[in-house]
Amino acid sequence: MNKMPVMQRIKKPTTRKGKKVLLAKEPKPVEGPKQCLFMQGRHPSERTRKLLKDIYDLKKPDAAYFTRKNDIVPFEDASLIEKLCDKKDAALFGVGSHSKKRPHNIILGRTFNYSILDMIELGAENFKAMSEFQNMKVLAGLKPCLLFNGPAWDLNQDLKRLKSLFTDFFYREKVETIRLQGLEHVLSFTATDDGMIYLRSYRIQLKKSGQRTPRVELEEIGPSIDFKLRRTKLAADDLFKEACRIPREAKSGVKKNISRDPFGSKLGRIHMGKQDVSKLQTRKMKGLKKTAEEKKQMLQKKKKAKKAASQAEAQA
Amino acid sequence: MDIVNQILEREQKKSEKYKPITVEKHLELEFDVGTLLAFDSNDLDTKSLSSKKDTYLQSLTRDNTQLLLNKVWELPTERIDEAVVVRLPQPTTILPRAKPVPKPKPLTKWQEFAKAKGITKKKKDKLEWDEQLQKWVPLYGFKKAAAEKEKNWLIEVPQNVNPMTDMYEKKATEKSEKVSKNELQRLKNIARARKVKIPRVGIPVTSDKASATQLATAATVAKASTASLGKFQDKLPKEKDARGKGIHELIPGKERKRKAPIPTPQAERENNLSMIDKILNKRPKIDIEKAVSKHINDEQLQRSEEKKNFKPPKGKRKAAGKGNVTNFSAKKPKGGRGQRNPSKKNPGRKRR
Repeated sequence: MNKMPVMQRIKKPTTRKGKKVLLAKEPKPVEGPKQCLFMQGRHPSERTRKLLKDIYDLKKPDAAYFTRKNDIVPFEDASLIEKLCDKKDAALFGVGSHSKKRPHNIILGRTFNYSILDMIELGAENFKAMSEFQNMKVLAGLKPCLLFNGPAWDLNQDLKRLKSLFTDFFYREKVETIRLQGLEHVLSFTATDDGMIYLRSYRIQLKKSGQRTPRVELEEIGPSIDFKLRRTKLAADDLFKEACRIPREAKSGVKKNISRDPFGSKLGRIHMGKQDVSKLQTRKMKGLKKTAEEKKQMLQKKKKAKKAASQAEAQA
Repeated sequence: MDIVNQILEREQKKSEKYKPITVEKHLELEFDVGTLLAFDSNDLDTKSLSSKKDTYLQSLTRDNTQLLLNKVWELPTERIDEAVVVRLPQPTTILPRAKPVPKPKPLTKWQEFAKAKGITKKKKDKLEWDEQLQKWVPLYGFKKAAAEKEKNWLIEVPQNVNPMTDMYEKKATEKSEKVSKNELQRLKNIARARKVKIPRVGIPVTSDKASATQLATAATVAKASTASLGKFQDKLPKEKDARGKGIHELIPGKERKRKAPIPTPQAERENNLSMIDKILNKRPKIDIEKAVSKHINDEQLQRSEEKKNFKPPKGKRKAAGKGNVTNFSAKKPKGGRGQRNPSKKNPGRKRR
């Protein structure tokens, strides 16, 4: 499914607001945080519902939570999810469902250009909600520290992609600077060799250490989930590579030919192309125009020259 | 020395009061400080993971967090609005985008032209002073139509126009034509950008309004529209084929000429060298068949020459011979039906 750019459509938007919406939906070189949709599939269990709600709480404000049940089976038919992601302009989704075959099922995934890129199915074997930890939580919208423990994250291909997916879900957005006191949330993902993934969430307490760098102490705030890896649907390598392309605008290269002199003023060296002199329009001036007399003289001269030439020819 | 020892002791006591910030790890962690991410590839302690899962995970995470934050605290700090911030480096983890990288928008025909000519858009004021109304009038949009109405409460009919024309209606049609022309050009630009072929548009040709070139084109096309592509169609005296941009493509059977692409300097050089080689190493071609037939022809000529110059010996031969001497051959005697004499008035069979 390859869509054309939104604004290159033939029908013009009727209203100014409609135009603004379409413009906002257009692909941009540098993208903001990805929006996320949390949905409930067929017969979600209490656990999956709470779990999705907790992840939604962690993901706020870049997320939406659909409270109604929908007949969503992403691995069988992803068209509904693609449609919803298009409608809500979201690139991440989480679906919870529950069945005898796959109890407490959570599907996390992302889209590229409104079509599914990756989908990973996880079974929630153990779950302790955020509300069960009775302590102070972190502020919403904080950028968490992400920790991936265990060699399995690098060895297993599915887990490697899941690591990228989890990073995509929780890293929020690229920032230039960060407040040191704002570093108060850690999400830890521990993968074992038997396909278990332990998600833990802690609040950081910075303690004095007698040095500049503080001593870190953690307090669990929830949710705490034990995931089991189930089905996966990963993007083909070339599609993933295409999705990971970095536009030229986002690349930070060294700017050449810019220097500063000792007084701090900016100096630039520019390279000019060769000028096309033949196309140069010089100034037209009345003073440079030929008078009628001059023109006459020129004509006579020409005639004389012609005559002389013809005579010479005849003699020869 | 006493003082030094004292200070060292004090420092030691001080540090003992606090817990350490260093962590021993078998393998170094991989950090991506830009995304605040750390990856610990050390093997997990399976024993404690199964027995005291939560405490083990917490201690493991604490150690790794400490290492990550140590890295963050090493970064240069700044002060922005009473808060101490650190400047994060570029993230090294590359995450997929939500939408593809935007392609540059194709230029419209006008934009292309303006770029080639170096024409830049001039910013116009939204309001313009109107001398007639003595007030500021918007250039477009809100209240523009009202101002126009106020201004054009009367429109003079020019001398060269039918005095019964409705100038208001004329003005309205002109405006709507402009709008539709603009829309057409917008659509054309979209088609051009998407490389869609669209039929050429213009005023439909009617016989009373067609120009000379249009008629000539139509005639040329009609002539070429036979099964034999106009090969056997007669030409009128002084008739010329229509020529011009786009006409060649309309004529059936004419192929589009395509310019050969400009060769690369290397290919051009090779071509030239091979041509020079060909010229320098030119040898006459030997056509054996031709040579043989030429040889045979020469021989025949020689023989005929010999025969012409052959003088038969006098006497016996003459008596025996009758008819043409040169026509000596082993052919059957003609039995009196000899050669015809072309110099005679009515050539025919030789009569006796």
